[in-house]
Amino acid sequence: MRRVVSVWFPTFSTDRLWRPEEARGSAPDPAKGQAPWNHSLSDLEGRGASQSVVTSRMPPSLPDHFNKRDRRGPAPFAGPGQSPGLPEITVTGRLVTSVNTAAATQGLQAGMKLAQAQSLVAGLVVHEADPAGDAVALRRLAEWCVRYAPLVADDPPDGLWIDVTGSTHLHGGETRLLRDLLRRLHAQGLAVRAAVADTPAVAHAVARFGGGGVVPSGAAVMADFPIDALRLPAGMLADLRLMGFERVGPLAKAARAPLVRRFGPLLAARLDQAAGRLFEPIMPIVPPALIQARLAFVEPLLTAEAFSTVIGRLVEIVCGELERAGLGARRLDLLFERVDGTVQAIRIGTARPGRNARHLGRMLNERLERVDPGLGVEAMRLIVAAADPVKLEQVSLVEPAAPDIAPLVDRLANRLGEARIYRIAPLESDVPERSVRLIPAMSPVIGGWPADLPRPVRLLDPPQPVEAMALLPDHPPIAFTWRRVRHRVRHADGPERIAGEWWKRDREWISVRDYFRVEDEDGRRFWLFRRGNGSDADTGDMRWFLHGFF
Amino acid sequence: MFTALTIPEMPAAGAVSYNGPSLARPVLACVPAGKLPSPAIALLRERIARIERIHAPGAADRSLPLGIEAIDQALPTGGIRLGALHEAASAGPDTEHAAAATLFVAGILARLEGPVLWVLRQADLFAPGLAAAGLQPNRVIFAEAGKDVLAVMEEGFRHAGLAAVVAEHTGRLSLVASRRLQLAAEQSGILAILIRRSPSFDDPALNEPTAAATRWRIAALPSPPALAHAPDTPGLGRARWQVDLTRCRGGEPGSWMVEACDATGRLGLVPDVFNRSVMAA
Repeated sequence: MRRVVSVWFPTFSTDRLWRPEEARGSAPDPAKGQAPWNHSLSDLEGRGASQSVVTSRMPPSLPDHFNKRDRRGPAPFAGPGQSPGLPEITVTGRLVTSVNTAAATQGLQAGMKLAQAQSLVAGLVVHEADPAGDAVALRRLAEWCVRYAPLVADDPPDGLWIDVTGSTHLHGGETRLLRDLLRRLHAQGLAVRAAVADTPAVAHAVARFGGGGVVPSGAAVMADFPIDALRLPAGMLADLRLMGFERVGPLAKAARAPLVRRFGPLLAARLDQAAGRLFEPIMPIVPPALIQARLAFVEPLLTAEAFSTVIGRLVEIVCGELERAGLGARRLDLLFERVDGTVQAIRIGTARPGRNARHLGRMLNERLERVDPGLGVEAMRLIVAAADPVKLEQVSLVEPAAPDIAPLVDRLANRLGEARIYRIAPLESDVPERSVRLIPAMSPVIGGWPADLPRPVRLLDPPQPVEAMALLPDHPPIAFTWRRVRHRVRHADGPERIAGEWWKRDREWISVRDYFRVEDEDGRRFWLFRRGNGSDADTGDMRWFLHGFF
Repeated sequence: MFTALTIPEMPAAGAVSYNGPSLARPVLACVPAGKLPSPAIALLRERIARIERIHAPGAADRSLPLGIEAIDQALPTGGIRLGALHEAASAGPDTEHAAAATLFVAGILARLEGPVLWVLRQADLFAPGLAAAGLQPNRVIFAEAGKDVLAVMEEGFRHAGLAAVVAEHTGRLSLVASRRLQLAAEQSGILAILIRRSPSFDDPALNEPTAAATRWRIAALPSPPALAHAPDTPGLGRARWQVDLTRCRGGEPGSWMVEACDATGRLGLVPDVFNRSVMAA
């Protein structure tokens, strides 16, 4: 199923002029500066506009109706600053063409006269509109968005498309991808909204008229949107309003023939695209600075075997170039240009920069099943979307080389998602559930846990309450009941007192857990703890919990 | 059912199948596993092995002794064979958490060298506990596979360099799926262990036939007091397990009482039942 992100910058023309001097230090891309191939956002802004801008302005905030759908996490889409900042507008001649959020809250809107705007708002910052500069900046933003998915297109004047079909698992799912995208863009001072949906038309409409967010696959949401969501010319919209159409739903149900006769085929096409009946291709941009290879074919290709052969050729070319540049691929995009003008893409990521043609080709081949060749593929293009310098390692002639498991990690990560293949590393904490952290599978684990503290092999998270009988203050339980089964304790060891970490939360200031290892009549061993030290009620409520199994 | 030590050496003709209770008629028990039978039998076994493709090149007969003589002799290769699929499950109400089986497996892995892939269905494993059994965290890569546990496990066999692949499987395991895993393990020479978990007590799915080379069931036993001479002193001694070998290809099932893994993953002999087997129920 196709999934498309539509990104909308409501106040792009004014926001892009705002050079985030402070934010430039904190680049949105952690890999910034390491490799010339990883785009970072801070170098995307047009340079020509910078001289007319005051540098000490506050970043603009998002409109507060922003993304009401997603309520998970603390204000996931909130930006760095909450201050509305200075009002800014751009003008063409004497007419206001765009306003930023601060100006909009003070009653300004596009289409006003400049004099009227200046009389309404004191201290208005006025820029000359620069549509060509806007287009260039938008294009650069689109190039940066290739980090999320291979198929990115700019959607002038103020939007982007990203076809994330098959790429979301690399970012931990659609919601997390969207959150990450919005966070990084907003950190650059751009007001932004985004939506994911099945078709470009729906994503476009939800981003602009529905507050953004993730539209579940197959959900019909267009009916309630105003007809402006259909991307029709202003004149046509005005005529439709005269005819009494305000919402998309009634328009879609109206008899099609008279409408087409009156307004032409565009209206029907837009309605069909909104309903998902008509495929709407997006023409991806190809960033020129990336290592890539393209092969065009005399006859359209259809079979997986043919694709595999081409992949082998493409990967060889690309790996040769990577070797000359001293780089290894971190992310590869393979684009299939179909005869019907649409483009399909597959994307793979690697755990470590690599240029082993066989390995990369194998990973690409594994994802071939996701490609729908349609009537045939007339060209294929392989792009290195991200690359890092390859570190050459010294090998020892004496000791046997440690086995290389990076290929395995790559294949599992491409299958399950990077977040689901990991190592577990120690963390300096006495609280058991905080003493482990997940680290990427290819990073080394340093240190260990104290060997003299017995720890269970399975942990219940969260701990489950049990009914226990025990003498206070520090005797182990005589018996406890868990899941309606009573266990009589035969042997026990403890307590091991673990104090709360007062630097984490106020509630842990004096809280204490007393842990006991107990063995029941059958020999099963449990890890129980009592909240509180057994005498002082401030340290806990003396309830018992089961936390693990030995 | 049988162990080698209680039974005198028998001629090869005695190897005709006998599966009844052994203690009643010990004389009819089969050839002690681990001892070489006559050349004719050895030839037959080799032919069967070739048909079953047990001995893939490279992995032939490499095995890891468990360190308990009685158990190792019951296994046809003198230990846990690498390049084969093994199953381990906890017994009784512990199957859901499989704590004893997990520790048993961690102890085996601790005595191997090289990286281990541990395929999880859900993440309830606590790495400090594994480290306490000798399996250091820098050797283990965890993969949360959800429903794809077996497929991810098979993927692990395609990469040389792993020492073992462990997967936690809940529910039924078809003969075809286990056969597939067994063949993949044979070809790669990588030790494969399936930890069978089940949400229900005494799940019949755990007793269905599979292609695994061995099937182990680990049950906790009451441990003796920490100090034998002062039984009233509070404290916990080393845990005790009943290790049941419920199925063994080319060998005989058996049941032993052992002390749980120590910090280097080694099982211990139980002193008072030294050299003596325990009947499985």
